[in-house]
Amino acid sequence: MKKLVDARGLSCPLPVLKTKEAIEKGGEEIEVLVDNNTALENVTRLAQSRGFKVTTNKNTDGEWQILIKRGE
Amino acid sequence: MDRRDWFVVGTGLLIGVLAAVLVKLGNPGNMGFCIACFIRDIAGSLGLHRAAIVQYIRPEIPGLVLGAFIAALVGREFRSKGGSGSIIRFFLGIFMMIGALVFLGCPLRMLLRLGGGDLNALLGLAGFIVGIIAGVELLKRGYNLGRAQTGSIVGALVMPFIAVVLVLLAIYKPVFNAEAGGPIFVSAEGPGSLYAPLAISLAVGLIVGFLAQRARLCLSGGIRDFALTKDTYLLKGYGAIFIGVLITNLILGYFNLGFADQPVAHTDGIWNFLGMTLVGLAAILAGGCPLRQLVMSGQGDTDAGMTVLGMLVGAALAHNFMLASSPAGPTLYGKIVVILGLIICAGIGWYCREA
Repeated sequence: MKKLVDARGLSCPLPVLKTKEAIEKGGEEIEVLVDNNTALENVTRLAQSRGFKVTTNKNTDGEWQILIKRGE
Repeated sequence: MDRRDWFVVGTGLLIGVLAAVLVKLGNPGNMGFCIACFIRDIAGSLGLHRAAIVQYIRPEIPGLVLGAFIAALVGREFRSKGGSGSIIRFFLGIFMMIGALVFLGCPLRMLLRLGGGDLNALLGLAGFIVGIIAGVELLKRGYNLGRAQTGSIVGALVMPFIAVVLVLLAIYKPVFNAEAGGPIFVSAEGPGSLYAPLAISLAVGLIVGFLAQRARLCLSGGIRDFALTKDTYLLKGYGAIFIGVLITNLILGYFNLGFADQPVAHTDGIWNFLGMTLVGLAAILAGGCPLRQLVMSGQGDTDAGMTVLGMLVGAALAHNFMLASSPAGPTLYGKIVVILGLIICAGIGWYCREA
């Protein structure tokens, strides 16, 4: 099942911390919502460093959906 | 090392080099840049405190805000965000400033002092790390000031507007009160009387603000991210600033290794340590170091703007209440308020938790 981390509006480093917690709880597929470029970059970097595949979609102006999946 | 890593390293190196060059051009020793000291000088110049030796509108500060503002516009990142524990952030700004003025420097100046051979800054660094680790533990236990909301663009423009006004005041230095002076005060002696030419200070501020915004540079973030996820991105920028200023100091002959006789510094190790512990803890709770707060305030983050205004008020309080250290050492009042600040910040970190 896909997990959702809604990190919109949260200060640094909470988007990363919440994504990390979702990964450590055994998340194989996680959807992260962020609303600033810094969080987008930080969450992407974290997921890639843990061996996840990352795809990002720009939802509206200034909001992104980051899909992270355990790589093959 | 990928492209982003090289960018943050390049930014850090340039900041280190420019900081030493600013000293060469007139800024106080090991103080090419100091967010805390410079906001304090601005507070004095606006008459918010009456410490006559530290009054000058440092153009680097509005330059940083406007540089970040321009970078955010160019990168389409300028957005009005705020409402996440704003008044708490104001107080975190106050304590961040008081801790920095007991140590005599923000985290950036701590690195610049290290790069000038000032070993007192090593104790500051140790304290800073301890404060950050404490903040990270609070984060892991659910510390959160809540979500920021999208706000009016008017709010986002307040800090860039204030920055423009400061630049104009720095240029024109208006005098409305012929007898007592003011509204703008300028030191005749002491650190406030030492400054690089206005246009250069402003230009360096703009450049550093622009690059720091693009690189997301944050001095508390480096140690925090490493402690949290072993991420070394910001830490690379941190190391680069040190190397940049160290090499330039060696070339310019400013490097002087030791504890004694360091420019604008004192040798009381315990309070160098605890002052920076307070800065580290408050910075983690506020989501970034003083430099990062300035940058975020320029890109529309009104909560960061509140933190910056808290630092301005904190600077006035630090001098009016005799909390700020001098080269002779910390004051009794300063010591008491650092301890109080640590207790209050720990309380904020503990009680502001998610349900």
